Amino acid sequence: MAWIWSVLVGISVLFGLLRGTMAEVSRAAMSGAAGAVELAVGMAGALCLWSGAAELMRRCGLDAALAALFRPLLRRLLPRASRDEETLSAVSANLSANLLGLGNAATPPGIRAARRMARGCGGAAGDELCRLVVLNTASVQLLPTTVASLRAACGCAAPFDILPAVWISSLLSVTVGLGTARLLGRLWRD
Amino acid sequence: MSLSSLVVPCLLAGLALYALGKRVDVYGALTAGAADGLQLVIRILPALVALLTAVSMFRASGAMDVLTRALAPVLEKLGIPPETAPILLVRPLSGSGALAVVSDLISRHGPDSYTGRVAAVMMGSTETTFYTVAVYFGAAGIRRSRYTVPAALAADLTGFIAAAMTVRLLFGT
Repeated sequence: MAWIWSVLVGISVLFGLLRGTMAEVSRAAMSGAAGAVELAVGMAGALCLWSGAAELMRRCGLDAALAALFRPLLRRLLPRASRDEETLSAVSANLSANLLGLGNAATPPGIRAARRMARGCGGAAGDELCRLVVLNTASVQLLPTTVASLRAACGCAAPFDILPAVWISSLLSVTVGLGTARLLGRLWRD
Repeated sequence: MSLSSLVVPCLLAGLALYALGKRVDVYGALTAGAADGLQLVIRILPALVALLTAVSMFRASGAMDVLTRALAPVLEKLGIPPETAPILLVRPLSGSGALAVVSDLISRHGPDSYTGRVAAVMMGSTETTFYTVAVYFGAAGIRRSRYTVPAALAADLTGFIAAAMTVRLLFGT
């Protein structure tokens, strides 16, 4: 991150010098910083509301219900890990929390599952562990609340109208991710 | 009245009734969750200040246009609007960086513009790949990730292309 930030700022100054846009760059630095706070304040209300709704879903046991729904699917996707009951329940808790947009609740069971699956593998990720991580990097979310709050903060009247597009894109992306993992799993030699 | 205007009110009301039926403390859960949400806002604010400053400078200097033009031929072949190029570069590396870029695009083009929608869908359908891989493999003591990163990046690229495609099909350009 240190590199990304420094390179971005460095290039901006370089371009400002070369193209004579330094006045704009200087103004943009101040307005960017101010804009970030405006944005955060604008998003805060919606983000709090949706975090509240997500917490309510969790206390209603909707995450556990979703987790139960996932089990048959996971048995096919991770057949070896699923033989261990604790791993299976950790993975399904991880998935259902991700689906409900409970990022903070998703990571601990995900890590627990990854630890159990990594036992005795000598530091190399097995096929099923690779699949679990790909599943987590593909972000399948029923309610993309952060980005909806962002749209609302920018004056959007129907911030959730992108839902079908997000669902289709997420499904395609997770399918291709798992498909690629399966293909590479066959080809990979190490 | 459109269908999408029903989603939020009905979801909230339905959830509240369901929770009452289950004897869950509706109000307590809502406020506890909202407190978590506020924590999240506070946690991302410092990063957002730093990154939105850098992104604004980068755009004002004219460097963003050069980058966009350089990547435009490839992106147009994939059906991706060239303005979203910085999302593709930042998204796998940094979640708040991507949020800064997406908010810059949305405020510039409008939340209901083609570009604004594509940017939002891209953000909503992908994850901070490298961070996630690092967290999971770090915690599990994995040193060789084998093909995880290429597979995850294939998923990200698919998400980007699909975002542009679905927005085009569902909303037009």
